Amino acid sequence: MTTDAFVVAAPNGDEPAAPDVYEQRAFGFWLYLMSDAIIFSLLFATYAVMARNNAGGPTGNTLFSLPNAFGETLILLFSSITFGLATLAMKSGEKERMLSWLLVTFLLGLGFVGMEIREFHGMVQVGAGPDRSGFLSAFFTLVGTHGLHVSFGLIWILIMTSQVIIKGLTVPVTSRFLRLGLFWHFLDIIWIGIFSIVYLPGIL
Amino acid sequence: MFGRLTIDALPFYSLIAFGGALVTVGGALAVVAGITWFGQWRYLWSEWLTSVDHKRIGIMYVTLAMIMLMRGFVDAMMMRSQQAVALNSDGYLPPEHFDQIFSSHGTIMIFFMAMPFLTGLINIVVPQQIGARDVAFPFMNSVSLWLTTAGAGLVMVSLVIGKFSTAGWTGYPPYSGAQYSPGVGVDYWLWAILISGIGSTLTGINFIVTIFKRRAPGMTLMRMPLFTWTALCSSILMTFAFPALTVVCALLVLDRTLGMHFFTSGDGGNMMNYPNLFWLWGHPEVYILILPAFGVYSEVVATFSGKRLFGYTSLVYATAAIAILSFTVWLHHFFTMGASANVNAFFGMATMIIAVPTGVKVFDWLLTMYRGRIVFHSSMLWTLGFIVTFVIGGMTGVLLALPPADYLMHNTTFLVAHFHNMLIPGALFGYFAGYMYWFPKAFGFTLNERWGIRSFWCWLIGFYLAFMPLYALGFMGMPRRLEHYNIAAWQPYLIVAALGALLILVGIAFLVVQFVVSVQERQQALDPSGDPWNGRTLEWLTSSPPAPYNFAVLPDVRDIDAFHDMKARGVAYRRPDRYHDIYMPKNTSAGVILGVLAGLLGFAMIWYIWWLAIAAGVGIWAVIIARAYDDDAEYCLPASEVEKIEAGRYQALANSARTQSANEPIFSNQPLPESLT
Repeated sequence: MTTDAFVVAAPNGDEPAAPDVYEQRAFGFWLYLMSDAIIFSLLFATYAVMARNNAGGPTGNTLFSLPNAFGETLILLFSSITFGLATLAMKSGEKERMLSWLLVTFLLGLGFVGMEIREFHGMVQVGAGPDRSGFLSAFFTLVGTHGLHVSFGLIWILIMTSQVIIKGLTVPVTSRFLRLGLFWHFLDIIWIGIFSIVYLPGIL
Repeated sequence: MFGRLTIDALPFYSLIAFGGALVTVGGALAVVAGITWFGQWRYLWSEWLTSVDHKRIGIMYVTLAMIMLMRGFVDAMMMRSQQAVALNSDGYLPPEHFDQIFSSHGTIMIFFMAMPFLTGLINIVVPQQIGARDVAFPFMNSVSLWLTTAGAGLVMVSLVIGKFSTAGWTGYPPYSGAQYSPGVGVDYWLWAILISGIGSTLTGINFIVTIFKRRAPGMTLMRMPLFTWTALCSSILMTFAFPALTVVCALLVLDRTLGMHFFTSGDGGNMMNYPNLFWLWGHPEVYILILPAFGVYSEVVATFSGKRLFGYTSLVYATAAIAILSFTVWLHHFFTMGASANVNAFFGMATMIIAVPTGVKVFDWLLTMYRGRIVFHSSMLWTLGFIVTFVIGGMTGVLLALPPADYLMHNTTFLVAHFHNMLIPGALFGYFAGYMYWFPKAFGFTLNERWGIRSFWCWLIGFYLAFMPLYALGFMGMPRRLEHYNIAAWQPYLIVAALGALLILVGIAFLVVQFVVSVQERQQALDPSGDPWNGRTLEWLTSSPPAPYNFAVLPDVRDIDAFHDMKARGVAYRRPDRYHDIYMPKNTSAGVILGVLAGLLGFAMIWYIWWLAIAAGVGIWAVIIARAYDDDAEYCLPASEVEKIEAGRYQALANSARTQSANEPIFSNQPLPESLT
């Protein structure tokens, strides 16, 4: 047998185990997240370069509100906790509990996006829209890109909710759910960057 | 209703532009008519357009690359002929048209010729080289292909509806901003590369996972064929460099469409940020293009020298070193921007350091040939032409890496000569070598050698004629992208360059002839063995063309040149005791639909047709979401079916009796398939 050119894995001559597609998907998704992280890091760098280019217009000091940004931070971080609780419920196979934590996560995410839209709307109202200055272009693009990601995450949560209801906790569904978790927590990390690079220096 | 799109967008304003549009539309109609005439729509749709088979996707990529090569080369011919005659005259091209031509030439050759070509070769070869049945994400692979095609389609559409960018293939602001380029040209450029760039990022992710997770048992990283290594490094660069292109293009779109101020010259814009972001992608891109070509040369040189690659380990490390260093040199594209001398010095040195691993590679290839039994196959000729010519380009690159020298040569034709010297012999010759080397693997018959060799000589001599004069012109101070000039001393050089381009045109014609002749005479050049060159790596173990699953039983890898090792041990063609069911991905139309929708989205954004943009965007989401519910994307090929296919394969092997067609080299050291003796 040792000179055989072909793998004869198990004694009963079965085909060697198929490559683990779910592991591959997780790895591929990590790669996607890393390449997305590069998008964000370049947007951060662009913001850092342009943070002072307010072209005589309003600055972060007058536009940003610490309570608002802090509230958004709390909501988003809390949604990560509730997502984690949903994941735990999924691992113990409690579908109902998982779905209710998922619903809480969704509402928190929705609240975050709502607060952000309100903030953007208020800024545009006072003439501080993205076309006002380089600083505001960079601000709206960086924070808006994160907000768009959160919105995609919300759509994804809805999809997963329906899949859990329709298909149940099958292997493809749970693997998809774990990738959504990676995505959701990743957005938290980005937000912490935004809070500490955009809002804190802008206000202080 | 139609945004900025009016009847004036049709090219009735210029005879040449109208001719270009006519050729484009006529060509498209001819293809459609031909397919309809032969009644091939169903076959084309179900077997090709919706295919997720990596080999077919690869063939479609290469087809796209060849078509775009023709288009990009027409642009080159027009520029060369314009400059040959435009001394103290306007030539035949108005400046605005000339500017569109050099912009589309660069854009097409980089994004829609070179990228699809190398992606196609990687697609066809890498899964077979690592003993895999498919890539990790076959559906995503199809999406990548169709996003790239959508981008190429937008560039072609710009010939007919509206105009293309005049801002060069790099599109520097503020000229490319809304203030100085208010038309749709820059938007065509932006959306074409945004869409295809996302396809390239996905390709990168796909092949990293494929290479890391799908290798056959026993194939450790340091047993991977060198082409797979270069594909891996190239994929890593795609995944981590293309996001920079996505960002820079998106920001310019925001500037142009929503009036933001990232790169405007006032209102707090910072136009110097653009070249930084652009070349943060752009320099790794050079290595994305060239590393797979290095991989092809490595395979070809080992096969046709009949030896194991010299210095395999050093080649692997050199490839990895180049990939890492490629992220540290982007600033050398704009030394003249005015960074401090220290910054320029750092990037100058980093640039020169890259010459070291590249030099290692050249020596490894030379030493592989040393005392080998070299067969001068056409792909070997491309390799030899590359080695000699590429070294010249490398030397001029080290010259340009010196900031003081760069200040003098910056923006001259010296630079144009340099990067063509890197990318034509460096990358394109490699793709051609790969095309002639792996063609039998993809189609089951070898290409005609005589025409391949003729094409090579035309390309090689044509290259020297076309670009060596540009080096001289650069020293004489001729700027790049000149529509006309009044210095008589330049003209003789430009005429020689135009003759060189003409010779390359002959070379391209010979490539077409080679293809046609080979198809006509394919019965005399069949490759029943699947191993026409006495290959060393696993892709030659499969039949030509391979079964959908490539390997009925996964090979067991024991050595660097796995297939050569199997032949030496006499086990390469051993029949397995039994076969197993094989699960393969189902074809899907979602990929091609996504491509069409992405193209529509781009078109709508270019022309400000907002309802269409929203509709296309919603459509894209609908397709993705629908796909997310599909947990049944595979079908089962039963063991009995596999056995039938494999029986046919062994029958063909037995009938072939290792005969080689008369004009092919004969290999005496090839062990007979054991099952046939």
